[in-house]
Amino acid sequence: MTVAVQTDAEGYLSNKADWSEDLAGEIAKEFGVELGAEHWTVLNAARAIEEESGSSPGLRKISKRSETPIKSIYKLFPDGPAKLIAKIAGLPKPKSCL
Amino acid sequence: MKTVLILGAGTAGTAMAHKLRRRLPKDWDVAVVDPSTTHLYQPGLLFLPFGDETESRILRERSATLGKGITWHRTEVRSIDTERQTVDVSDGEPLHYDFLIIATGTEIRPDMIDGMLGSGWRESVFDFYSLDGAKALQAALAEFEGGRLVVNVVEMPIKCPVAPLEFAFLTDAYLTKRGIRHKTELVYATPLDAAFTKPLASKMLGYLLEEKGILVEAEFMTGEVDAEARVIRSYDEREVPYDLLVTVPPHTGASFLEDGPLGDELGFVPTDQRTLAVKGQDRVFCMGDATDLPSSKAGSVAHFQADLLVENMERVIAGQAPEPTFDGHSNCFVETGFGKAMLIDFNYDTEPLPGQFPFPGIGPLPLLKEARRNHWAKLAFRWVYWNALLPARPLPFPPTMSLAGKQLSAAAELGGE
Repeated sequence: MTVAVQTDAEGYLSNKADWSEDLAGEIAKEFGVELGAEHWTVLNAARAIEEESGSSPGLRKISKRSETPIKSIYKLFPDGPAKLIAKIAGLPKPKSCL
Repeated sequence: MKTVLILGAGTAGTAMAHKLRRRLPKDWDVAVVDPSTTHLYQPGLLFLPFGDETESRILRERSATLGKGITWHRTEVRSIDTERQTVDVSDGEPLHYDFLIIATGTEIRPDMIDGMLGSGWRESVFDFYSLDGAKALQAALAEFEGGRLVVNVVEMPIKCPVAPLEFAFLTDAYLTKRGIRHKTELVYATPLDAAFTKPLASKMLGYLLEEKGILVEAEFMTGEVDAEARVIRSYDEREVPYDLLVTVPPHTGASFLEDGPLGDELGFVPTDQRTLAVKGQDRVFCMGDATDLPSSKAGSVAHFQADLLVENMERVIAGQAPEPTFDGHSNCFVETGFGKAMLIDFNYDTEPLPGQFPFPGIGPLPLLKEARRNHWAKLAFRWVYWNALLPARPLPFPPTMSLAGKQLSAAAELGGE
């Protein structure tokens, strides 16, 4: 399947409305991640927190909400889970004020 | 007698109490709950470790900062009962409220990281987000003779998000003055993907790290402090060795919120981004560092919120709905060392842009650019804080962000936000 969506220079989804579960699967594949139930628990938690609070959540909050230990999140999304989760879940980049 | 009860008498709670006292009629009691007898000027903690600030200048008696007309309950909050409109406290009868404002700020939590409070705590591991920590760090820095100095942000959100970077810049200047900079490796370890995370800031300010020779360890989420081996270890098992570790521990909301129904997973309060009403509540509001808002946890934000929330309090007291007026406005000085600083001004939607502040085309303070003037303004701000901001006297800064005086083209060129 090919999907054309716009991302920013760093690969974060430009338009939240473009996000779908299928798209998440495609993005994940690009990073070598095959999404299973455990991944979805984490992704859904991250999306729910962002929806509520308006900011991309840190890993500790995602970990608590999804009841998945941080260590396990690193195994599910190797190579920088904070960034990877945001990209796959269609959330803005986790950032500071500068 | 009706009551607006404010939990916490930090920057947000104190400024809010004074504003309400001025605006509400005499038959309204404005009361604060705070167990601590002193008020700390927290921006001073950045300078104290370098000997550029003293405890006596940044600490005042709470009674003096609250003054007359405000009731002060010197006790700790245990829980909030929103059905009965009461707050349970550790000392005395539950306190009744007609409207409640949660301004309990955030706590730093070294206990949440394995080994952080172990044998190295305040021996080789220091924080500067507490007065005791900053004082201990001052002594340690004075004895430091070179080696690896690591500044580590454990995770976001933190208070004053640029303070750790400022700390690294000031350390560079301090060590240079002491003649031991060449004997020191200065490392900035951050859970984010870079020291500067916004496109424009990263483009305009990246030179600072290079110029100062600060090494950045990015996407580093500290799982453990190993004080024996003198390394911090990340969840993906990378190690950063240190001789002196300056850590910014995790932050949470007040413990009664973390354990209670009003707080989220980290004890921050889900709050409406624009009205500052606590979600699902019509008599409870939240401001300052205690919220879960995407705005910065900073004194300027608390100040702007107070300006707008006082108007919303008047509305709800008159039986009207609160207005969505807060835009996430934040304004911070960023110390870059050697007597210079930058100024940044931004909100929910607009990243820090170059330009002039507060008067378009005139300044006198340049935005997103190093200048001595900004450094002096930051130092002068302590006086403004004690004499104008806390007692809520008028200041010439509008509570919502203005685009006047800002170079929008700078962001457009980058395709920025």
